[in-house]
Amino acid sequence: MVKIELTRNPFIKNALKSRYPQLAVFIVMLVGYIFAILAGLVGTPVGSYNFSIVFVWIAWWAILILVAVSFFGRGWCAVCPIPLPGEWLQRGAILSPPDKKPKWLNLRWPKFLRNIWLQNISFLLLALFSSVLLTTPNITGIVLAAMLFAAIGLSTIFERRSFCRYLCPVGGFIGLYSQTAPIELRIKDKQVCVTCDGKPCYNGSQTGYGCPWDIFPGGLTKNTYCGLCMECIRTCPHDNIAINLRPFSADLAKPSTRIDEAFKAFIMLGSAMIYGAVLLGPWGMFKDAAYSVGTSAWFIYASIFLAIIFVILPGLFTLGILHSKSVLPLKQRFASLATALIPLGLMFWVAFSRRRKITFPIRSMLAKQVGYDQVYRRTASL
Amino acid sequence: MIKKLVYWLLIALAALVVAFTPFPVTSSIPSTSHTFKIEASRFAYTPSELHVNPGDMVALQIVSTDVVHGLYVDGYDISAEANPGQTATLTFIADKPGSFRFRCNVTCGAMHPFMIGKLTVGTNSWLFRSIGLALVAVLSIPALVRCG
Repeated sequence: MVKIELTRNPFIKNALKSRYPQLAVFIVMLVGYIFAILAGLVGTPVGSYNFSIVFVWIAWWAILILVAVSFFGRGWCAVCPIPLPGEWLQRGAILSPPDKKPKWLNLRWPKFLRNIWLQNISFLLLALFSSVLLTTPNITGIVLAAMLFAAIGLSTIFERRSFCRYLCPVGGFIGLYSQTAPIELRIKDKQVCVTCDGKPCYNGSQTGYGCPWDIFPGGLTKNTYCGLCMECIRTCPHDNIAINLRPFSADLAKPSTRIDEAFKAFIMLGSAMIYGAVLLGPWGMFKDAAYSVGTSAWFIYASIFLAIIFVILPGLFTLGILHSKSVLPLKQRFASLATALIPLGLMFWVAFSRRRKITFPIRSMLAKQVGYDQVYRRTASL
Repeated sequence: MIKKLVYWLLIALAALVVAFTPFPVTSSIPSTSHTFKIEASRFAYTPSELHVNPGDMVALQIVSTDVVHGLYVDGYDISAEANPGQTATLTFIADKPGSFRFRCNVTCGAMHPFMIGKLTVGTNSWLFRSIGLALVAVLSIPALVRCG
């Protein structure tokens, strides 16, 4: 497979090794995130004019799906502001070298939860209430704040970025779809990692922290759980970590056999199909049902939503693979063949997110909030 | 190697044919006038799906039953605004074939961004072309596998 090592370029390498460029982006993101929370909680209740709705659910979501995930994999996770306050609290520092004494409880994440089922559930919870979440600023504000506080809380109890790795509703599908991205972080020479003393990329050293994503880079074969935080580039004493350009979907040649990841593919594909029909379709009845949380119509909608994701799609898929020629047990075949749904699901989301009138709500919001409409009208009348 | 290249070229050719071959001309259908009475209420249009033939004169009479609603037709870039209880009329010639969304362009409540209807002018050829392209993709897999 043809790969181009980007970190051979000294400018890119130095930019990634230094903490300052990343910190600058982090600060901008964190300010924007806190502003989105405040705008959601105290801003205009009109969704299409509120910063939290327009910039989070329209602008950010479109950028995430169309650019960040498709081309940079977990590139968003590399600059996401949600884990930052918790991580700074956990480390007791923002830029200082790591302190060997553990802060807070520093517990290991429970073994039975070391999978993405919690991420599947957290995504589904948001998905079931999405019509309200996507259109009501104060609900968006509450959810964004809850994610920030959950990340802080988990950072004080568990080691590393437990929230990102095991709970974040967005991180789960970014990880799944990052396998299709044309970028990867990998080691250059496996033997170097085998003989490396102390494994500073995982355990940390004076030059940086141990992998916040609880990954040993020496064993990385897929993008799924590497958050591209670049910490291992800083800690590797042998300069053995590279960022590579590679063909799209390279990781899919090594299908996963994990059932939680297989169901993530079904959840994402099913959600995109349902959203396509409910939110972008012409059927008002579906929209009413999705929006009327707590009513019997909503319960029917939620039941159909879950049935499509957990029964109908996997059922049809199982029927399709039942007679496939393979010595693998059905469960393993199910999980590995579900890999085929990853590019399909991502393209479904790309199609859903690529709305032609995506700039319209942003223009409307600017029109109301900064008087852009006056400027627009005056120039249009000239 | 050459065999594989030939297969790829044939697949590409088939895909181009499916994607761009013009549909049979339907000019034999005479242009007519259509008047649709559309009831707009939060957050749906009734009826929400309209079908006309290319070249037809279309009049949309929009009646709002609750708050002020708009109706903007994607692709045609035309719109009208209906006050509650009043009828607004939008008249145009459906000279662009395809499937177009029409949407509310006056903020009318929480689900306003999703108040959407569908106007189909003639045959939605991209639906059939997409199915055709998917078939070409599926049928090409055995051929590519066979030639290694």
